Amino acid sequence: MEYTKLIVLGLVALVAAMGTNFAHDIAYQVHAALIFVVAAGMFVWVLRGIDEPREVQDVSGYSDGVIRAGVIATAFWGLAGFLVGTFIAFQLAFPELNFDWGQPYTNFGRLRPLHTSAVIFAFGGNALICTSFYVVQRTSAARLFGGNLAWFVFWGYQLFIVLAATGYLLGATQSKEYAEPEWYVDIWLTIVWVSYLVVFLGTIFRRREKHIYVANWFYLSFIITVAMLHIVNNLSIPVSFWGSKSVQVFSGVQDAMTQWWYGHNAVGFFLTAGFLGMMYYFVPKQAERPIYSYKLSIIHFWALIFLYIWAGPHHLHYTALPDWAATLGMVFSIVLWMPSWGGMINGLMTLQGAWDKLRTDPIMRMFVISLGFYGMSTFEGPMMSIRAVNSLSHYTDWTIGHVHSGALGWNGMITFGALYFLTPRLWGRAQMHSMSAINWHFWLATIGIVLYASSMWVTGIMEGLMWREVDDQGFLVNTFADTVAAKFPMYVVRGLGGVLYLAGGIIMCWNMWMTIRGGAKRSAPVGVPAE
Amino acid sequence: MDTYSFLRQLADSWVLLAMFVFFVAVILWAFRPGGSATYDSIANIPLRDDKPLGDTRSTTEKGATDD
Repeated sequence: MEYTKLIVLGLVALVAAMGTNFAHDIAYQVHAALIFVVAAGMFVWVLRGIDEPREVQDVSGYSDGVIRAGVIATAFWGLAGFLVGTFIAFQLAFPELNFDWGQPYTNFGRLRPLHTSAVIFAFGGNALICTSFYVVQRTSAARLFGGNLAWFVFWGYQLFIVLAATGYLLGATQSKEYAEPEWYVDIWLTIVWVSYLVVFLGTIFRRREKHIYVANWFYLSFIITVAMLHIVNNLSIPVSFWGSKSVQVFSGVQDAMTQWWYGHNAVGFFLTAGFLGMMYYFVPKQAERPIYSYKLSIIHFWALIFLYIWAGPHHLHYTALPDWAATLGMVFSIVLWMPSWGGMINGLMTLQGAWDKLRTDPIMRMFVISLGFYGMSTFEGPMMSIRAVNSLSHYTDWTIGHVHSGALGWNGMITFGALYFLTPRLWGRAQMHSMSAINWHFWLATIGIVLYASSMWVTGIMEGLMWREVDDQGFLVNTFADTVAAKFPMYVVRGLGGVLYLAGGIIMCWNMWMTIRGGAKRSAPVGVPAE
Repeated sequence: MDTYSFLRQLADSWVLLAMFVFFVAVILWAFRPGGSATYDSIANIPLRDDKPLGDTRSTTEKGATDD
């Protein structure tokens, strides 16, 4: 086993060193050098450990080390993603921030995919991986399957993030939204993802509970569907083995449809199904009562996965896509409203008989507001998918506002709640260091989202109306530059919303740091009921 | 018949029917008589998981994971 590792690592290091030499472009060169350093370092490390007595691992309990690492990675990438997002928000308001000295690496066009990937895949992905490892062990009463394979998933995923992020800055992109990384990064992610599936499924197979809890169904559908989406949407042929550029197998409208089949299901299965897995575990846990209706959760699950997969074409209204396909996507998007709200109601009603926790427990408040934003954006989304509404909203900032009320509100808040839940438990503390800091985080984040979403509604609808405004002769009234100028105040408000959200994230990281470092500061949560 | 037309016809006839029947069957299955007791027990899984893993399994687990 050790010798096989040495051979593989040696070969990888050799090919990477050749890649550094033969590279056709700077992104490939930097990546090859990075992979060389990692592979050579691991080679030396494995070599030094060979024929040494093995440390006996304690495998009697849950495997929590990798989850601790995941919790820290989630917080770290969250801060990085929020910071880049806030910066590019101000770049839009003040174009001077596209500094001349930083071109082309720090312009908006390259930083924007860095932001989306950092928040969705780095922050969200790490949150999903570490919570799924936590939840599947607890609800299966079994240790993670595959020993150190979970660590491979963790570090492999971090490497994917670093390759993706540096690639964007250096200009390697296949220009597909949320699927920007080039071919070799895609192949690496596939390997990591299949290992993730093996760890997760293996743990379920050796569960000691008779039934598979619903959270695991959601996590499993997320892992399998993302694998399928990722592979199909990234079918491309590299121009050269020594370069990052690749050419898509599909072309034209087929490529567009594949992309948005992927893109919308990335939202549906990465940002919805996976996070619903978190919801179905952490909300009952924090409320200390079972989910409101388990039957509803089954219907929620099957309805969600049966409907979501068809909703993608609503991204392609008024394009070369046939009308029947766009209409199909629109109808399924509208039907999707029902299971989404079923899930929201299921989560909220879990608090039935325990609504007082909303006053006393700031972590519960995080979960509840995330469900509120889930309900809001799953209403807004179907509405925006209607062709007539879409003719106004598409290509405007309304779409950006919609995405952010879902991502900051639903995904962000539920992740913060889960981090506050996990940190004290994983490091053996009674509770988070400061409950009032959680309150601060809650309000900063909430006000930040409200500023963000409302300014984007205003600017999006204004922009849409200005684009279509015609005078009595039938001529367009506004130039594009007019709309850009008119949006300035809303862009500043949006940037300030981002600052508040980022400030909340910094407070959370401080709170987590203090919790990990020491014990609990207070014995009771703030806002104890008055009776 | 070319592949596209074949797949297109298959998709909007038998496959559509199969998926719809599967979906309806799942919903009906969720409401089957006697299911509620099972579901109550499943719904309580998260609330009884806080105990650490029992010692009974630890002997068999060694070797299975230690690699």
